[in-house]
Amino acid sequence: MAKAIKIRKGLDLKLKGKPTQTISPVENSPYYAIKPSDFPSMTPKMVVKEGETVKVGTPIFHDKYREAIQYVSPVSGTVSEVKRGEKRRILEVIIKADSEFTFETMDTKGETKEVILKSGLWPFIKQRPLDIVADYNKTPKAIFVSGFDSSPLAPDFEFLLKDKKDALQAGFEALAKMTEGKVYVTIETSSKGTSVFTDLNGIELHTINSKHPAGNVGTQIHKISPINKGETVWTVNAIDVARIGSLFLTGKVDFSKTIALTGSEVEMPSYYTLISGASLTNLVDKKITSENVRYISGNVLVGNNVGKDGFLGFYDNQVTVIPEGDHYKVSFTEGWLAPGFNKLSNSKAFLSALLPKKSYDVDTNLNGEERAFVVSGQYEEVFPFDIYPVQLLKAAITNDIDKMEKLGIYEVAPEDFALCEFVCTSKINSQQIIRDGLKVIEEECM
Amino acid sequence: MKFLRNFFDKRYEKTNKKWYPLIESFETLVFTPNHTTKSGSHIRDGIDLKRTMMFVIVAMVPALLFGIWNVGQQHFIALGQEVDFMEKIIHGAIRVVPIIAVSYTVGLAVEFIFGIIKGHALHEGYLVSGMLIPLIMPVDTPLWMIAVATVFGVVIGKEVFGGTGMNVVNVALTTRAFLFFAHPTSMSGNTVWISGLKEMKANGTLADGVSGATPLGDLASMTTDSPAYANIQDFTENGITFSRALMGDYPGSIGESSVYAILIGLAFLLMTRIASWRIIVSFFAGGFVMATIFNLFAGDNAYMQLPAIHQLMIGSFMFGMVFMITDPVTAAQTNKGKFYYGFLAGFIGILIRVANPAYPEGIMLGILIANVCSPLIDHMVLNGNIKRREKRLAKASL
Repeated sequence: MAKAIKIRKGLDLKLKGKPTQTISPVENSPYYAIKPSDFPSMTPKMVVKEGETVKVGTPIFHDKYREAIQYVSPVSGTVSEVKRGEKRRILEVIIKADSEFTFETMDTKGETKEVILKSGLWPFIKQRPLDIVADYNKTPKAIFVSGFDSSPLAPDFEFLLKDKKDALQAGFEALAKMTEGKVYVTIETSSKGTSVFTDLNGIELHTINSKHPAGNVGTQIHKISPINKGETVWTVNAIDVARIGSLFLTGKVDFSKTIALTGSEVEMPSYYTLISGASLTNLVDKKITSENVRYISGNVLVGNNVGKDGFLGFYDNQVTVIPEGDHYKVSFTEGWLAPGFNKLSNSKAFLSALLPKKSYDVDTNLNGEERAFVVSGQYEEVFPFDIYPVQLLKAAITNDIDKMEKLGIYEVAPEDFALCEFVCTSKINSQQIIRDGLKVIEEECM
Repeated sequence: MKFLRNFFDKRYEKTNKKWYPLIESFETLVFTPNHTTKSGSHIRDGIDLKRTMMFVIVAMVPALLFGIWNVGQQHFIALGQEVDFMEKIIHGAIRVVPIIAVSYTVGLAVEFIFGIIKGHALHEGYLVSGMLIPLIMPVDTPLWMIAVATVFGVVIGKEVFGGTGMNVVNVALTTRAFLFFAHPTSMSGNTVWISGLKEMKANGTLADGVSGATPLGDLASMTTDSPAYANIQDFTENGITFSRALMGDYPGSIGESSVYAILIGLAFLLMTRIASWRIIVSFFAGGFVMATIFNLFAGDNAYMQLPAIHQLMIGSFMFGMVFMITDPVTAAQTNKGKFYYGFLAGFIGILIRVANPAYPEGIMLGILIANVCSPLIDHMVLNGNIKRREKRLAKASL
């Protein structure tokens, strides 16, 4: 039964640098990386050594505590470096790619779960609670897929998936085999009828009116079938459903991605096709209009600052380039006393409130200093959950497990708090607080 | 602005690290710092605490300006002199500006001391408290009292709890409550509301018919043997009429009297969404309900007979509604809780005002009581949320 979800709370950030719907080629990058940091609370155990040759789909490392979850190479080539940080923690495993790719042979005949685990596509399936790679020992009560991305400057899923209907269908069939419940897909109300998801079998299609975070799967879960203590649901990005589907259709793992290069500092924001984990160097080459910029793998709300020579994140279908804000701002002209025609703000305290249609180029300045919680009611405006965000954050800050449970920690992921973090007057890093809270919950309660 | 930047950079080089918070406090007035986001949300809203606080101060300016005029106005009425507008303003400024200066100097000094001890720059909370304190004082309060009370308010009301954002009760009201209980003769009665009234009485220059009482003082006197007005009609027709109550040209605390000036501030705070409409609406409703209840059971008590809406327009009710009860730190934090919180404060405020024989104003105590209750209100609201979650779980595991 299709449900039309309506949310009133939320915020669409109007930023400059929306991608136009053209896909351009980009020269293959010589270097690729797998970053354990893309997978929260996972401890990697290396399978290959530096200098070994790998094929597409060769395991690079696996989860030390859940060994069946393998993290495989997206390209064929040689492991050129294992970058380590403090306490020899693995930061990046860098692979130098060959010009021609060879593939590991995949057997797609067996049990669905086994096939996906062996193929290295398993990490695309995430679970809630905890917002980590799904636990294969559990059967989820349902699987949720968001049919669109409502984040700032996000890629258009309908555009990216329009030729992949078969792969999507195969992907959803595979997912359906792994749950006792349903596979829920939620699309924008406006794309109802025309959406690529419309006629697919084996899914339950819902619509939601779109204002970020409507496209966040967490919002959709909360409105369709909220997670209770003890329950598990899985979530998969729609793009990766097609990837899983194409494994079953072709018998090959395909790590290629069409990503949106976006942001106010990109000359012609549009789409490019490359391979997961690719170095950004070739992608951004000669396309950036200014000097002091930040390269974000992902969107401005939840992405990672990777730097110009960084690598595309495992889950990311977008790269955003925005100006750095590491300079002092004179308070009268562009700081806290400014009239603020060009300040993006959810408050009505700047004259930009009079220009509802304007798009902004926003830099990475905090626009203030960190403070204790002072202003109340601010998070609630952009947080469409029946959860009290500030109180949950305070429970997480104080490591109060009992309170976190009671206030709904099982239902949320850091990304759900991204808008809270944006609007916060006191500049509190709520996403990190929630991530730390989830870590405590994982250690103590799971 | 380069020379200022160089100036601050030099100060950092030359000064002991211990004093950095001091430099930082002044630096951040001129420059928004070069702090950037590290991860998570890479862009942040333009709003910060400084702007929020500044807007509240801006909202208070009409009330302050009117207060300055009114101090002059009441002073010369008491003297029985006709003077021009500027003279009233000058007299008012001479009386009010020192109070503001004392409030800010003492309060900020305390904040700086704590800032330096704890190693952080000035947190903005006191910028608002520093302006609120003068506006809620009788004009004849001695400056040393304001200084002592400010120290008490900032230290006991705020810093012991951890500073801005951590306090339980409103700092400005703590200051006032301290004076109210420690020096009641300077904070109530009929001789403190007009500047220089005591001297006039001593010199015999006080004009005939000037009592110096606030409208609420007059109303309270109507249950005693020497009423200021014959009955309530006399009060509303010949004393403080409704339009005069809105205008506010009567004795009272410096900034509290003019409803018009306060409404300008209210409009500004609502337009910029700095103040919570939930609290404001429910506070008004709470006061109105209580005043209406008094109307219904008034009997021959003139004070209780005063029409509800008129009741709310005199004294500090409107000032409290716009500037005191809306303090987000001491208010209830949950949206639902804000309704209960505001209602409670307005309700109790009017209750104390009318029912308490010792002191003819109760908004301060009403708000302080609501401040203390707000964590409890939030707790109940959260419990509702928790119960909903538990019910859902119970239903799911059937």
